[in-house]
Amino acid sequence: MPKITYIEHNGSEHVIDVKNGLSVMEGAVKNNIPGIDADCGGACACATCHVYVDAAWADKVGAKSAMEESMLDFAENVEATSRLSCQIKVTEQLDGLIVRMPESQH
Amino acid sequence: MSEENTSVVIVGAGHAGGTAAALLRQYGHAGPITLIGEEPIAPYQRPPLSKAWLKGEADADSLALKPQEFYAETGIDLVLGVRVEAIHAAEHTISLSNGRTLPYGVLIIATGARARALPIPGAGLKGVLSLRSAADAEELKAALTPGKRLAVIGGGYIGLEAAASARALGAEAVVIEREPRILARVACEILSTFFTDYHRARGVAFELDAIVEALEGESGRVTGVRLTGGRVLPCDVALVGIGAPPNDEIASAAGLNCQGGIVVDTHARTSDPDIFAIGDVSHRPLAHYHRTFRLESVANALEQARQAAAAITGRPPPPQEVTWNWSDQYDVKYQFAGIPFDVDEILLRGDPAGGKFAVFHLAGDLIQAVEAVNAPAEFMAGRQLIAQRRPISRSRLADTAVSMKEVAA
Repeated sequence: MPKITYIEHNGSEHVIDVKNGLSVMEGAVKNNIPGIDADCGGACACATCHVYVDAAWADKVGAKSAMEESMLDFAENVEATSRLSCQIKVTEQLDGLIVRMPESQH
Repeated sequence: MSEENTSVVIVGAGHAGGTAAALLRQYGHAGPITLIGEEPIAPYQRPPLSKAWLKGEADADSLALKPQEFYAETGIDLVLGVRVEAIHAAEHTISLSNGRTLPYGVLIIATGARARALPIPGAGLKGVLSLRSAADAEELKAALTPGKRLAVIGGGYIGLEAAASARALGAEAVVIEREPRILARVACEILSTFFTDYHRARGVAFELDAIVEALEGESGRVTGVRLTGGRVLPCDVALVGIGAPPNDEIASAAGLNCQGGIVVDTHARTSDPDIFAIGDVSHRPLAHYHRTFRLESVANALEQARQAAAAITGRPPPPQEVTWNWSDQYDVKYQFAGIPFDVDEILLRGDPAGGKFAVFHLAGDLIQAVEAVNAPAEFMAGRQLIAQRRPISRSRLADTAVSMKEVAA
């Protein structure tokens, strides 16, 4: 199973095995990792699963849809590597992925 | 209140209750947590039941809020298939349907709402369903095979999402609505017209201004919906989606202040300082409107779960959110935020015929609510502007050449 490292805003690291096919958001929520709220459960409707993808992985996680881009436009503290983690599907190619959480999702 | 070892009992293992339990652990609560649910399964997400799950695009695992082992691993005592019969606030105990009495230090009521029953002949026939629980959804999904006829009674979100899912599954669908337009209680007329047209173009029939008089059946199974005037719409399954009253009876019987839901403050605390109420069952303050209201949404359930968990663990309260919700029908992403109180103008941005537009509800130069169809920027910016109570220019808001970033700047 691919391992994903979630780093909270305060620096706490969580290395989690996430099943292929789940989203990066689901990997965090199902393991009760703080920092990703995901209020809409992955419908790309709320922008509360915002993460910063580690620069080394930015190309490997795929491109944003227009919908995701518009939602992110209005999230707090957005950077070039910002993504909505519900829109990144976990595959073997993402084994080792590192994402960081923003200070707040609301 | 922030005693670390106080025992927290949560009544209702839905989206609100399940989230509150998980957040209490996340926020460092070390005392016992008991989560009591009437349904036989661990907390799960309800929104997909009428959307992705119904269409076969999501499985039971993906619906579950947490994996089964989570509860044991985090020391949350999950008690399923049990109903709470009474709250004894003075004694700090509750009585369960299995005969047990359970003490609590702090109680969280998260009993939700139930599907309103249709008080007409034939409502008890087989094949007359509502859609609140996973069990309801299983029954509906099994009935929606190609060529089967679904009659939806009530043109609200649940009914419309079910009709869209039915079409995706190859079933026929008719939506019967008492009012002259669908979504009459929850959306503006522009949205009603848009969704009526969108559904019609995809084969859904509508009966508006129509009163259902009875459900007809043969051998105990529904065969049709009879309208006043005598016309019968034949069906194989009928879905009743006519609202959801709060399950606040045990709270009211225990003497808690209830006014169409359990009255709570901005910390989700009831009139008893050791009892919280969260989710659909609560009647809560809406900070941005200086009013109180009962909301039925996941966003509300989660916000109040955060409020209660923060209060119980002695954390600072989370920011006050603007209420919001969404609906998926076919390929339409519909998002809405706020509530249209005191509105003096309804402003349309974009063109419904193009399938991408937003409706802003204004009181003076303040946005009170936004309804956005395939328009995430309008939704996100609108939600922020409602929260900030910041005046906007109506003419710039109506002009799609001015981006929402610029409108909000």
